[in-house]
Amino acid sequence: MRILPPLSKVGVSGRGLVVTLPYLWLLLFFVVPFVIVLKISFSDVDLAIPPYKPLLEWAGKNSLAIKLDFNNYAFLFTDPLYVHALLNSVKVAFVSTVLCLLIGYPIAYGIARSTPITRNFLLLLVVLPFWTSLLLRVYAWIGLLKANGVINNALLALRLIHEPLNMLYTPFAMYVGIVYSYLPFLILPLYANLEKMDWQLLEAAEDLGCRPWQAFYKITLPLSRNGILAGSMLVFIPAVGEFVIPALLGGPNALMIGRVLWDEFFSNRAWPVASAVAILLLLLLVPFMMWYQSVQARESASAR
Amino acid sequence: MANSGEAAKAVAWSDPNARAYVEIDRVSKSFGDFKAVDDVSLKIYKGEIFCLLGASGCGKTTLLRMLGGFETPTSGRILIDGEDMTGVPPYERPVNMMFQSYALFPHMNVEQNVAFGLKQDRVPRAEIADRVAAMLELVKLGGFAKRKPHQLSGGQRQRVALARSLVKRPKVLLLDEPLGALDKKLREHTQFELIGLQDKLGVTFLVVTHDQEEAMTLATRIGVMDHGEIVQAGTPSEIYEFPSSKFVADFVGSVNIFEGKLLEDEPEYVRIGSEELGATIYVSHGISAAPEAVVWAAIRPEKIFMSTEPPASTGHGNDNVVRGAVQDIAYLGDLSIYLVKLPTGKVVRVTQPNTSRHAEAITWEQQVYLSWDSSSPVVVTR
Repeated sequence: MRILPPLSKVGVSGRGLVVTLPYLWLLLFFVVPFVIVLKISFSDVDLAIPPYKPLLEWAGKNSLAIKLDFNNYAFLFTDPLYVHALLNSVKVAFVSTVLCLLIGYPIAYGIARSTPITRNFLLLLVVLPFWTSLLLRVYAWIGLLKANGVINNALLALRLIHEPLNMLYTPFAMYVGIVYSYLPFLILPLYANLEKMDWQLLEAAEDLGCRPWQAFYKITLPLSRNGILAGSMLVFIPAVGEFVIPALLGGPNALMIGRVLWDEFFSNRAWPVASAVAILLLLLLVPFMMWYQSVQARESASAR
Repeated sequence: MANSGEAAKAVAWSDPNARAYVEIDRVSKSFGDFKAVDDVSLKIYKGEIFCLLGASGCGKTTLLRMLGGFETPTSGRILIDGEDMTGVPPYERPVNMMFQSYALFPHMNVEQNVAFGLKQDRVPRAEIADRVAAMLELVKLGGFAKRKPHQLSGGQRQRVALARSLVKRPKVLLLDEPLGALDKKLREHTQFELIGLQDKLGVTFLVVTHDQEEAMTLATRIGVMDHGEIVQAGTPSEIYEFPSSKFVADFVGSVNIFEGKLLEDEPEYVRIGSEELGATIYVSHGISAAPEAVVWAAIRPEKIFMSTEPPASTGHGNDNVVRGAVQDIAYLGDLSIYLVKLPTGKVVRVTQPNTSRHAEAITWEQQVYLSWDSSSPVVVTR
């Protein structure tokens, strides 16, 4: 006995349902929060819960007043702290991306050129860290880098140094943490790209007079361009807003935009300013994200 | 295929004093326990089109790759124009290779692909432009200079690959299955283009192929390879008419092979008794084999005559004549293939040209006589 009519009768197709679900998810957990943050960024600070004034106010006489406060954004550009933090974040993310590329490219290349069995094993090693929480892994780096940590003790025991190196809470430690955490995100798309390479092209290049390094520079590198860009974006975009690693490993003067955002939100309870920072950060990253998308589209088009 | 240099070349490989342009001297190559190339010695002369012919896995590609410098011989040495190539990397060898997959650089257009090798050699810019344009004209790709490889057809890609490997004017051009990826009609056409191009440029070609028809049309000489060895090297007609073994006879063209024993072994003739054939084969030339030895007589299908009436006397009694029944016919237009079953159970392949449009056709199940000239069988001992 049927109580409800079949879904198709009420105009709901299975395909539509499958497509709708992820969009519903995005609407609920991305668009709605984004609109809320956008709204807060235009409001005034208030000593209340939540700590901001509403945008819409009943002004009496049957009128509704909308009050948009652009001061939060203006403030970001008057206080040099924010621009400084933003530029510093971009710098840190850029340097980390370059470091990831320098370390990750040879690794991805090595995996792509190994035999299928070794290849699977090496790929497993690359993703293995994901089986542990990021926070735990960053804490482990504290244990490695601190004054009486594993690295210092080992170097002291080997008599290579006479007093412990000051590594923890320095930019060095922060870069180590970021590069270590984001390396797999660069290796995997780059590997996926290199794995499709026709290695006979390198033989052809050598046959036409290229030394191996020239063949790499003229053939492999340009052909892996999309993989390099995709991997770099996957490191750069999240690294700009990175908060945990600089907070745990970097020094107190590691001024990153993520840290500023946190402080505004939780320490100063300046929600409108924090929201403005978040929106600004997003606007900064949108061009990179769009670039990444177009690279991805090109990559899948070339695979066909 | 009127090769102008044919006569001169013919002298070159029969003249023991002629200088080899490419000399492969007792070269072997092993991969672990597997001997891919086994003690191969070969001399190739200037201006030749030499074809290495063999089934896949016979070692022909490995041999070619050793000439290109992509594999190092386990033992032996290779000389090109008198220079020892041992230890010379691919990018310093005076040879170029045309890869089976063409290996065109996908991020460069046709012009850039062809110019690649010249740029690498730091040839002046103006000269590069001239040589690339001339080469593209030669392979009839003048209007395609700005196209990317993926915008070209298979035949056009093949010509780009050819232009790219020829533009550096190599001493030897190595071609790995150059026509393998083309369809039959295009392949036939390209074969002749390739010969014309080679004639014009005078570059020595070393071609690897598994296609015997391709080898026959292209080659001045063919080296038949099996299990890493060159089993026979010679001109196409030598290989076809005078195969040195059952393998060569069978690999190049189709053939009927009858096992038999030497009955009479005279300097001017031999007679072979074959149980398989149910008759005696008379061969009008002497051979060198132990008396009573097991030998094989190979007869090409087109050299067997088929008739419904007993053939006129061959002058050798009942030798070289058998009876059989037509089991199968394949009509190919220009010729027909008949499979004739002998009373012994052996099936003989016979081809006959369809010279007349209204010939009294021989049909299925018909009893026929098969006969052949006493000079037709080739006797091989292995």
